[in-house]
Amino acid sequence: MSAAWTTAISGPARLGTAHPERRLFRGTGQAIATVGGLLFAFVAVPFLGDDYWFTAILIPVLVLSLAGLGLNLLTGYAGQLSVGSAAFMGIGAYLAYDVQTRLPGMPLLLSFVAGATAAAAVGVFAGLPSHRISGFYLVVCTLTVQFFVEWTLSNFRWFSNGSASGLVSVPPLVVAGRDLSSPLGRFLLTLSVVTVMTVLAHRIVRGEVGRRWMAVRDMDTAAAILGIPVLRTKLLAFAVSSFYCGMAGALWGFAYLGTFDPRAWELDRSFEILFAIIIGGMGSLSGSFLGAAFLLVLPLAMSQVAAAYLRGTVDQGTIENYKKIGFGILIVFFLVKEPRGLSRLVQTFIQRIRTWPLRHW
Amino acid sequence: MSLLVVDRISLSFNAVKALTDVGFDVARHEICALVGPNGAGKSSLLNVLCGVYRPERGRVVFDGEVRPFMRPREAAREGIGRTFQSLAIFKGMTVLENVLTGRNLAFTSTWFELALGVGRARREESAQRDEAERVLEFLDLQRYRHAVASTLAYGLQKRVDLARALASRPKLLLLDEPMAGMTADEKREMSRFVLAVNRDYGTTVLLIEHDMSVVMNLSDHVVVLDYGRKVGDGPPDAVRSDPEVLRAYLGTKRRVA
Amino acid sequence: MSYFLETLVGGLLAGTMYSMVAIGFVLIYKASGVFNFAQGSMTLFAALTFVCLKERGLSVGLSFVATALTMVLVGLLIERLLLRRLVNRSPVTLFMATLGLSYIVEGVAQAIWGADVHGLDLGIEDTPMPLPFGIRVSRFDLWAAGAAGALVVALSLFANRTRIGLSLRAVADDPLAAVSLGVRLPVIWRTVWSLAGFVGLVAGLFWGSRSGVQFSLTLVVLKAMPVLIIGGFDSIVGAIVAGLIVGASEKLAEVYVGAAIGAGLENWFPYAMAVGFLLLRPSGLLGGKAIVRV
Repeated sequence: MSAAWTTAISGPARLGTAHPERRLFRGTGQAIATVGGLLFAFVAVPFLGDDYWFTAILIPVLVLSLAGLGLNLLTGYAGQLSVGSAAFMGIGAYLAYDVQTRLPGMPLLLSFVAGATAAAAVGVFAGLPSHRISGFYLVVCTLTVQFFVEWTLSNFRWFSNGSASGLVSVPPLVVAGRDLSSPLGRFLLTLSVVTVMTVLAHRIVRGEVGRRWMAVRDMDTAAAILGIPVLRTKLLAFAVSSFYCGMAGALWGFAYLGTFDPRAWELDRSFEILFAIIIGGMGSLSGSFLGAAFLLVLPLAMSQVAAAYLRGTVDQGTIENYKKIGFGILIVFFLVKEPRGLSRLVQTFIQRIRTWPLRHW
Repeated sequence: MSLLVVDRISLSFNAVKALTDVGFDVARHEICALVGPNGAGKSSLLNVLCGVYRPERGRVVFDGEVRPFMRPREAAREGIGRTFQSLAIFKGMTVLENVLTGRNLAFTSTWFELALGVGRARREESAQRDEAERVLEFLDLQRYRHAVASTLAYGLQKRVDLARALASRPKLLLLDEPMAGMTADEKREMSRFVLAVNRDYGTTVLLIEHDMSVVMNLSDHVVVLDYGRKVGDGPPDAVRSDPEVLRAYLGTKRRVA
Repeated sequence: MSYFLETLVGGLLAGTMYSMVAIGFVLIYKASGVFNFAQGSMTLFAALTFVCLKERGLSVGLSFVATALTMVLVGLLIERLLLRRLVNRSPVTLFMATLGLSYIVEGVAQAIWGADVHGLDLGIEDTPMPLPFGIRVSRFDLWAAGAAGALVVALSLFANRTRIGLSLRAVADDPLAAVSLGVRLPVIWRTVWSLAGFVGLVAGLFWGSRSGVQFSLTLVVLKAMPVLIIGGFDSIVGAIVAGLIVGASEKLAEVYVGAAIGAGLENWFPYAMAVGFLLLRPSGLLGGKAIVRV
């Protein structure tokens, strides 16, 4: 080996010891923000929040973020466009219900995992065509899965334990002996599951798996030439993404809806999740949260504003309409102006604040 | 023994014959230049060598073993690396991440371990990062390690392409117009790197290049293609004065009335 | 046997309705390379405009003309406000943009004309007409098939006999080359999107009179996708042939297979077929093949 190679190994500091980018937090600022945020969420919010906040805002935002996270892993990181996320949510919800009600003594969380695993299995199957089909055409494959799952859940009574309409009511939420059916209980359950899965997603994305996904997304021929197993990488993306959506479905069904039928998992919801990650930022974990929050909170806020200021002059139907137009415009706006969504805008904003004393605006 | 023997390779796309009966040897540790007018089939040949295209006829003998058809992944495992004419680096990833993808074959952990980043995967990640750092230092790219690839200047992106191909320590490095679009200074620098790769690491290089001065300075061996056929094969000086090669590049003296 | 033939013919004719919708997509795809998810909303918008104008007292002919002009305006607006800013983006991005566009068009349609369901009477009855071999087909279906055929003929004449048609074919083949020859892309796009709007109008009239002019009309876009995949995104003839195939197989599957495994098979069967086609022939029956250069 020549001098050029050996000089690169210049000292003990180079080898083996922590690479700066692999530390958990990118600096003390982020560490404080994350730990502080978690403390706030787990400790302060239960005291500050009321039932309305838990059930109408926090729980659905958290669960939708989880679904968005799943879709982001598949579409944002691995570049495989999918409109089937609602179907995977549905599989997770129904299978979790089936396992929980048919296997007595089954821990609730394990049922959730079972549901999510079932969704992951179907996800792998859905991903098989990605070997030969790519880009826009892949939409058709996930669309097929979406419709097929909708049809299966509606037509086969097995899933809903014999109910003709497919309507099911979930059993009480009991984890480790404690009843979590109250809004606060459901909030803490949701928060815990989402936190764990987000940390997991963070690790996946920072490691070799995340890199392979992004390589396949950016240029799959080059990835193959480097030795990356492209099909297996894509299938893993489908599996993990569907697992996340399945878990989100179980949470949506158990902790949010309580009662659901196949119509909760229709194509519109898939679009909703897709919009959430477009607005929030594809290929960004925090974007999934921002997008979900935006998607759910904005209409609520609009309704409140309309009720308060336009009392009676504008009816619900018109508001729905304007919401629709508004969303359409937002989607187009983000695609045109800032494809990296809200998360990018937030990043830029934080950057500006950091350098504020030194900037001349 | 030659590292690479190209044996009567033929390839066509629908009605267009990209390569016809092309055959030559590349000796170990040499720098071989593949030249010829545009459309002569040079990139197609590289694509055959790294498994992207399947030839209709002919075979490739690599490192002593006959390879009728290699898929890209197998070619990578055998030790063939490639850069691309139309920049194919991963635009959304940083320079370091790009180079790390070149190390993917070194990971032996299961998907599960890799996803969670535990145990063996953690150690491998560290080790591969060290390797990637070495490559970055070798090509003078450390400053840019956290820059997102799409934000870099063209010449730097080309270097990242080279770093990524180099990361897997290939036996044979296929360079597809590594100097395209560069200034004279950048070309000198890139030539320096290519020479360093060849001398310090012993990598055999097969490169496509249009700039004749670069070809003359760098290569030990030149192969000339024209319309998918080989029209010249030998040391640079011999090929330069070969009448058939001149005809391919400059045309004949006959005038069209 | 005659039941089979009847189902088959019924399916084929229903398929022409799919073809009609698909043609709108093909037009836009040929000229701008984008799958226009908003075609369904444009169909709804056109049908709604027509029906509401008629209800407000305009004659059928006048309503038709007024709606056609409105669709031209819509095409103009879309080109100006949306397409110009999305030049050179990936097909996936463009698709998502048309997804957003579909929401906008839907919302605007319902904001202007309201969300009620409107009946649409074209004066063609959905009564059975006897044909040879003991088959009976709906008179309405025959008219729809005729309209689809007329559309294809009209579009072919337009493409092959007019100057703009020629420019359109040039743009479909190689946009950059066409531009370098002086073809103005914005004009082409405006023309094409207006045409697609017009096709949407015709399709919307037939579909609307079948199942009422209401929001579900936008879902025709989902029906068109399998047709386009099987027939190729850039072939009008392919859209016709594939429409026939999808219509026929959907009907047959629903009648013969659906009885065994459950109702509603037609919701996903065409898509499964489309996926099968994609795996075998990624560019569709008659679409152009793409060669990727690394």
